[in-house]
Amino acid sequence: MNGVHDMGGMHGFASLVVEPNEPVFHEVWEGRVYALVNAVGAWRRWNIDAFRQQQERMPAADYLRASYYERWLFVLIENVVRHGLVTREEVESGRSAPGTPKLTPPLQASMVADLRRRGIPTTRSVERQPRYRPGDAVRTRNIHPLTHTRLPRYARDKRGVIIALHGAHVFPDSNAQFQGENPQPLYTVRFEASALWGDGASSRDTVCLDLWEDYLDTA
Amino acid sequence: MSVDPDHPHTGSHHHDHGQEPPSATALRVKALESLLVEKGLVDPAALDAIIDYYENKVGPRNGVRVVARAWTDTAYKARLLADATAAIAELGYSGSQGEHMVAVENTPALHNIIVCTLCSCYPWAVLGLPPNWYKSAAYRSRVVIEPRAVLREFGLDLPDSVEVRVWDSTAEVRYLVLPERPAGTENMSEDQLAALVTRDAMVGTARVRVP
Repeated sequence: MNGVHDMGGMHGFASLVVEPNEPVFHEVWEGRVYALVNAVGAWRRWNIDAFRQQQERMPAADYLRASYYERWLFVLIENVVRHGLVTREEVESGRSAPGTPKLTPPLQASMVADLRRRGIPTTRSVERQPRYRPGDAVRTRNIHPLTHTRLPRYARDKRGVIIALHGAHVFPDSNAQFQGENPQPLYTVRFEASALWGDGASSRDTVCLDLWEDYLDTA
Repeated sequence: MSVDPDHPHTGSHHHDHGQEPPSATALRVKALESLLVEKGLVDPAALDAIIDYYENKVGPRNGVRVVARAWTDTAYKARLLADATAAIAELGYSGSQGEHMVAVENTPALHNIIVCTLCSCYPWAVLGLPPNWYKSAAYRSRVVIEPRAVLREFGLDLPDSVEVRVWDSTAEVRYLVLPERPAGTENMSEDQLAALVTRDAMVGTARVRVP
């Protein structure tokens, strides 16, 4: 979707603020939110793409006002309700509905380090042969889906060159909708800065994006 | 902080000791955690373990070891540039937000810098969780369109002869910048070199300097 989250190239966000030696979490609650998202995620009711899509559905003004972990908190609450782990009434009251059986959490403390070290790879084995090879010129599609996509606005309908193939990866646009992983070739595409930003950009500079085959046409 | 979410006023005694009372967000999170624990959806000890993992076990110190090894072992550097995921795993680092790693090498002619314009994707497995500036709208919006201006705000003024290459992390590939080894470090050990490498140098917003 053409949301405010897709901010590459936007103006008006002012200067950088860099805090020296900042802690991993600035507030205790930030760490709890981070951990809750990961621990509830172990129920596997949603995937990383659906998580991102839910964040993008945050009303634009709220998104910009919220801190990173406030956005995560928003997604966590929306997701536990939407996917039936908790009711809206329980969130509001802070109490489990009477008579609700107590479940057993799928993620135990002893499993955490091992699971983090394993991660969740998104590569898949597929029959589909890659359509492009490094060196091929491509043009990105001019798409404006209402749902999740990882093709940013600033890189749509632009000409670039394939510089790497990463095998087949889960396709976020379908996975976020729970419409299947649709794994397909993922490429790194290099764009001249001037192709993205016009003649004002440095003629030497480049921007690289990782793009799925369904985002690309032969140039 | 031990505040009963049902009795938020009990938080006031913290105030008496010179601390801020818990914010509305802090209370909301506390209430949500209590609910999720009560329902058996999460184990509080697992939450502690996740926080401990990112506060104490994973961080830029991982990436620092990768860079220092690449600077001192040409065969390792070749493996890192060919298959970063495997080379990084050789040093014991792997997993969440580092499942598919690519290392990009800075040279006198090329400066790499990493961003995620769409959310804030970051190579957790080698750098830990990202700093606030990396997640800020200012960084995400600006670095793809005016990378040189952003780099100047970090104190790095690159000549026109250097290509600036921005990597927007739009998929699950995560990037690690292999900075240039500074001149004058020829006699340093791997440990001494590791002490020079910074997080920002591995994101591409700084160069490694000899103090």
